[in-house]
Amino acid sequence: MMASKLLASASSTLRKTLTTKPNPHHLLVRRLSSSSSAAAVAADPAPADSYEDANGITMKGVRISGRPLYLDMQATSPVDPRVLDAMLPYYLSRYGNPHSRTHLYGWESENAVETARSQIAAIIKASPKEIVFTSGATESNNISVKGVMHFYKDKKRHVITTQTEHKCVLDSCRHLQQEGFDVTYLPVGSDGIIDLHALRSAIRPDTGLVSIMAVNNEIGVIQPMEEIGNICKEFKVPFHTDAAQALGKIPIDVEKWNVSLMSLSGHKIYGPKGVGALYMRRRPRIRVEPQMNGGGQERGIRSGTVPTPLVVGFGAACELAMREMEYDEKRIRALQERMLNRIREKLDGVVVNGSEERRYVGNLNLSFAYVEGESLLMGLKEVAVSSGSACTSASLEPSYVLRALGVDEDMAHTSIRFGIGRFTTEAEIDRAVELTVERVEKLREMSPLYEMVKEGINIKDIQWAQH
Amino acid sequence: MLRLASKRVLEIAARDGATRPAQVLPRLYHERVIEHYDKPLNVGSFDKNDPAVGTGLVGAPACGDVMKLQIKVDEETGKIVDARFKTFGCGSAIASSSVASEWVKGKQLEEVVTIKNTEIAKYLSLPPVKLHCSMLAEDAIKAAVKDYEAKRTKSNGSSTAEPAEKAAEA
Repeated sequence: MMASKLLASASSTLRKTLTTKPNPHHLLVRRLSSSSSAAAVAADPAPADSYEDANGITMKGVRISGRPLYLDMQATSPVDPRVLDAMLPYYLSRYGNPHSRTHLYGWESENAVETARSQIAAIIKASPKEIVFTSGATESNNISVKGVMHFYKDKKRHVITTQTEHKCVLDSCRHLQQEGFDVTYLPVGSDGIIDLHALRSAIRPDTGLVSIMAVNNEIGVIQPMEEIGNICKEFKVPFHTDAAQALGKIPIDVEKWNVSLMSLSGHKIYGPKGVGALYMRRRPRIRVEPQMNGGGQERGIRSGTVPTPLVVGFGAACELAMREMEYDEKRIRALQERMLNRIREKLDGVVVNGSEERRYVGNLNLSFAYVEGESLLMGLKEVAVSSGSACTSASLEPSYVLRALGVDEDMAHTSIRFGIGRFTTEAEIDRAVELTVERVEKLREMSPLYEMVKEGINIKDIQWAQH
Repeated sequence: MLRLASKRVLEIAARDGATRPAQVLPRLYHERVIEHYDKPLNVGSFDKNDPAVGTGLVGAPACGDVMKLQIKVDEETGKIVDARFKTFGCGSAIASSSVASEWVKGKQLEEVVTIKNTEIAKYLSLPPVKLHCSMLAEDAIKAAVKDYEAKRTKSNGSSTAEPAEKAAEA
């Protein structure tokens, strides 16, 4: 009864806006206001914010007094307002399909897509012709790993990758193994960097691909890309890199790195989610088997309509990143040092996971000895961070990346990744430090391990019963 | 008209879609888990050399959970008069040990060993992946009782004491 009345009132306001014919911009404003007034008529508050009220936020059974401060930039980043500005026209008025050849809508969209392609090519020093748009780095990684091996399957049966790759590369490799390909998973040192000699000796005559990520998503270490590229060049093996975490953060040069394929993502660099790109070298040409069949867009490598607004946003994000990389780096480095120094001033037993020198500065992966990571995260609800540990998943295993580094299992259970980005402020860092220190101290007070260590007992000497 | 109708449908769909997720989202932790995590009861330690104290230490750091539960027993009545715990582990492990330490208080030794992990899990609404936390709490209670009894046998001088612990005492 109530609902039908509501509906009637909502539709009547809608009818009004649809029948009047002001200029398009005006219409938009009217439409927006009409929908918000319809929501106001409804007894419940604005739907999207129903978990938020004056007293705070309740979600998944957790109550927080306000929105947490965001320090999880490796997971995703907010869209830069300048990026959104570039995107909006392509949602509202220039909404043509970039593949439409018969009218202005198509032409202007195509132009915008090609501009974005150049912007992305510029930041990695490639040619626009070498860029293929995809839905994100996961898709690009899938095309690279499976696409290359499937294309060259008659002669090449072996792939080399590392133990610390992103799941989508590892999973693509597992898939290849099931199809009968051989995969070598290179180990990494305690600093997270691969051993170049091990790479050299792992290459076989039938090696069809070396896939090594540039910047690790969990621990932020930077692999020696130029050296790896040189080895691949020497043995004439195509080199693929997942650069989702590197794009816009460290200088990338596809020539210097000698990469044949590179996976890129939009939402890690203040661009929109759901868009990415694949760099594919033209000389010497690398070929892949498409993973998706369809209308043959993107030179047949990735069929499906190119999403103009997302691509435009990705392009704009790359252009901004190129212009501001140095400035961002300096700022983020200062924030990272501030955070690490302040935490170390107040707490002992803090370990940085992965190399401290060869590291992207926006990633601070810390282990707090004698404190379990998940309980720390639970107490840090006012700070949006993530733990390297996969404890919340059914596996109860600590992070495979940290285990690959040879981090003690008890320390691997205690890791937290702080991701600092373009919009992070000093005040946020200070507050995060304050909350982290407070919580770690509280949990250590509660920790039997910390108590033992204080009593002078070596935890490693105890025969623990394994469950 | 068709356009209007479809707009209307869309509007409803949009509104429904927007309100639903907030309710469908699974709770990460039950209120009681959060309560016990935020304000754990009986955190602390007794002197483990006190003959009236039984200590249970279970779990392993490598598994991400270590629980230490201590009980103080009145020798005359065999009743647990007080309990303390310390736990290294996730929020559910902390809550499980907090609940266990509270439940054993004021009970007889033979009574507390009948506390089942399922009761703790039910009380805290633990999801399947967290059931091991409640099992650990049950083990901790049993280990503490065993330790106390071993101590008492030893001090009475009768027969050799069992090397009681599941996880070794340091």
